[in-house]
Amino acid sequence: MRFLQNYPRLLEAAYDATHRMLRPFRRWLKPGGWVEKAFVRSEQISKGAIFNCQMCGQCVLHSTGMTCPMTCPKNLRNGPCGGVRPNGHCEIKPEMRCVWVQAWERSRQMSEYGGEILHILPPVNRSLQGSSAWINDLTGAAQKNPPGWVNVGEIQVLH
Amino acid sequence: MSASRISGSRLERVLRSGRFAVTAELNPPDSADPQAVYDRALVLASVCDAINATDASGANCHMSSVGICALLTRAGYEPIYQVSCRDRNRIAIQGDLLGAAAMGVRNVLCLTGDGVQAGDQPEAKPVFDFDSLTLLRTVKIMCEKGQFLSGRKLDVPPKFFAGAAENPFAPPYDFRPLRLKKKWEAGADFIQTQYCFDVPRLREFMARVCDLGLPEKLFILIGVGPLRSAKIAEWMRANVPGVYIPDEIINRLKGAHKQVLEGKKLCVEIIQQVKEISGVSGVHVMAYRQEELVAEIIEEAGLLPRRLKSEKEVSSGEGSSVRAG
Repeated sequence: MRFLQNYPRLLEAAYDATHRMLRPFRRWLKPGGWVEKAFVRSEQISKGAIFNCQMCGQCVLHSTGMTCPMTCPKNLRNGPCGGVRPNGHCEIKPEMRCVWVQAWERSRQMSEYGGEILHILPPVNRSLQGSSAWINDLTGAAQKNPPGWVNVGEIQVLH
Repeated sequence: MSASRISGSRLERVLRSGRFAVTAELNPPDSADPQAVYDRALVLASVCDAINATDASGANCHMSSVGICALLTRAGYEPIYQVSCRDRNRIAIQGDLLGAAAMGVRNVLCLTGDGVQAGDQPEAKPVFDFDSLTLLRTVKIMCEKGQFLSGRKLDVPPKFFAGAAENPFAPPYDFRPLRLKKKWEAGADFIQTQYCFDVPRLREFMARVCDLGLPEKLFILIGVGPLRSAKIAEWMRANVPGVYIPDEIINRLKGAHKQVLEGKKLCVEIIQQVKEISGVSGVHVMAYRQEELVAEIIEEAGLLPRRLKSEKEVSSGEGSSVRAG
């Protein structure tokens, strides 16, 4: 199923459709119960097959060219490190293409969310590991930043 | 970059005054003896504006960067505290930042860090809780908002001139300038790049960076360094993450009668070329185990003297002016 990642426009449309489909049910989508268990299982199967999903519980695929940034050995969510090899492969796993080289290429094909790769993402909430990203997204848990975090634009750039 | 937020960093003052800045990397000792740090710093201090204390670069264990910085500030030197996300989580990093600031450190360089596989202890657990951008942002939140990432207030916030790294010589090449912009948005005041051995590639990169208007917003220092021999250059290219050395450079070293001298000459030439590129504010010299060459390189590149007479007078009254700022 990994080949699907080479169709980022299709995936971004699927992402959008899933979001729209689930939104009306968000009242019933609560963490902790059997509903979440079912979601976790289905996310493991579907996103696992397509994206090699690591179940961080804070899906940002639309901001990273529909390429899972948690499959980067350094878990980088804000762009490539400086160690990318001249052939575009990973510093740590030489046999693997750099996640961010692929993320950048795919983001250039995305019409809806392609520009989001330029946004700065806050640090990962490690306590969400293993929970359902969809439920976290609809309940707002995934968007909850550390209390002291300041987004770019919320206040004047700090210089 | 308003004057009211000046950190008290000497490096910041040099850059803001418009002078071409020189920083150099101190090779961290495998020793518990402070003298090892002082000996190495002494060689560098008179020829550069600030000294980088590396944080287990290449994932090789050495004396810690915060320890080196504490020693350097005690002796009156100007350190750049390198912080890598590889070995410590957000709790440890924020604590160390306060400790470093309390020891008088005014410059911090926020790095992702090389993978543990590159170093002498590849069995170690890689942390990577932060990435370089979230680390940068956290430094700025601590300085400007006076709080931890948790929102808890700091009694006295630190003051840092915040830096980040960039590697114009690694793919994806067309994303790199935009990533630099992201780093500025996250809070970077200055940039130190990876080793430059490919000047045409750097020119391309800097042209894009200038189109984005970044040199007016932050200071860019280009990484340079002497190659001791063709063999070492080949080893670095294969084993040091992110270092790109074109074949022409290696062939030139191979063809030289004395490879050490040729490597030094090459470094001087690269500095002179880099200096002419629009948007470049300085160079960062990394001479791995060749500190003795740094002074010669900087002198031959025509970058001496580093400290002007009037500047020395200014810095003697530094303590009071920093607090007032």
